[in-house]
Amino acid sequence: MTDVARLWVYLSASPLLWLFATLAAYALADRFAAATGRHPLANPVMVATVPLAVLLWFTKTPYTTYFEGAQFVHFMLGPATVALAVPLAAEFRRVRRLAVPIVIALLAGSLTAIISAVGIACLLGAPHDVLASLAPKSVTTPIAMGIAAIIGGLPSLTATIVVVTGILTGVIALPITKLLKVHDHAAHGFASGLAGHGIGTARAFHDSPLAGTFAGLALALNGLLTAVLAPLVMKLF
Amino acid sequence: MIQAFAILLGFQLGGEVIVRALHIGIPGPVVGMTMLAIGCVASLKLRQACEKAAATLLANLSLLFLPAAVGVVQFLPLLQKQGLALGIAILVSTALAIAVTALTFRFVVHRLKLENRE
Repeated sequence: MTDVARLWVYLSASPLLWLFATLAAYALADRFAAATGRHPLANPVMVATVPLAVLLWFTKTPYTTYFEGAQFVHFMLGPATVALAVPLAAEFRRVRRLAVPIVIALLAGSLTAIISAVGIACLLGAPHDVLASLAPKSVTTPIAMGIAAIIGGLPSLTATIVVVTGILTGVIALPITKLLKVHDHAAHGFASGLAGHGIGTARAFHDSPLAGTFAGLALALNGLLTAVLAPLVMKLF
Repeated sequence: MIQAFAILLGFQLGGEVIVRALHIGIPGPVVGMTMLAIGCVASLKLRQACEKAAATLLANLSLLFLPAAVGVVQFLPLLQKQGLALGIAILVSTALAIAVTALTFRFVVHRLKLENRE
């Protein structure tokens, strides 16, 4: 075995390499995003995924090996979700004042997200298990996979759809709210979190702390509401 | 920082315990978030203790989704089978959900005259 091969054998068995690769890819993507003035198309999740996926493919590294390193980053999603409570509490008075628009926008947005996804795919001839996998697409992954399992979807397909929806929201949310002349950060953030769960929320925090806070609120509320609504909507299809 | 992190993990742990004890289909961190939000509204001290760590974590929230996003690349063949129908449904529905939510929010705020007064 050559020295390079021996080094690769060591590195590929250790979580160090892929943890480093994940942080490095993100750091570069984040600098790129900052350099573009946080352009929606320069979404760091999307940009950083490309070199990592290419690297995995090029080195024929299975995802499970990659995840042994990346799991330390993935794990932080739990405490980060809990941390959404802190800015929310800081904005408690504003949230209370806006309680009525929050509830009505939540109902309207949640129903739109579920019905339009399932309806469009149904019109285009997608089979029932695909429709059921699509129904919870705007909801944070663990809740979405739970819902999909209950209503006859494929949880792994749902997980994929959820991440794609989140990245898409990160890219299109700001252009859409700008186009509609919604300059209110609370409304923009709430829409980002409702449609794009955590990834939409992450983007909203780049827009402003207030947008991020309302996105986090929408993420939690829509997760709970979709768990109730998705099974009801699926009875129609 | 360490204390704040212990608080966040403690609330997540509490959430996981409640979810499992009551057999509810909500993720533990969402329950932990709800409890911490109540705690932080009730106690300014608790909020101040977590404020810096929470802001740091949330400013880098995008990073935490990278492992899942890389995983998705593996499952993209799953999308190919229903590619066009899925793609159109996701794109149109996501755009609609954003637009309807933002417009409804603004409309109700305007209607009830809740515009910023601070």
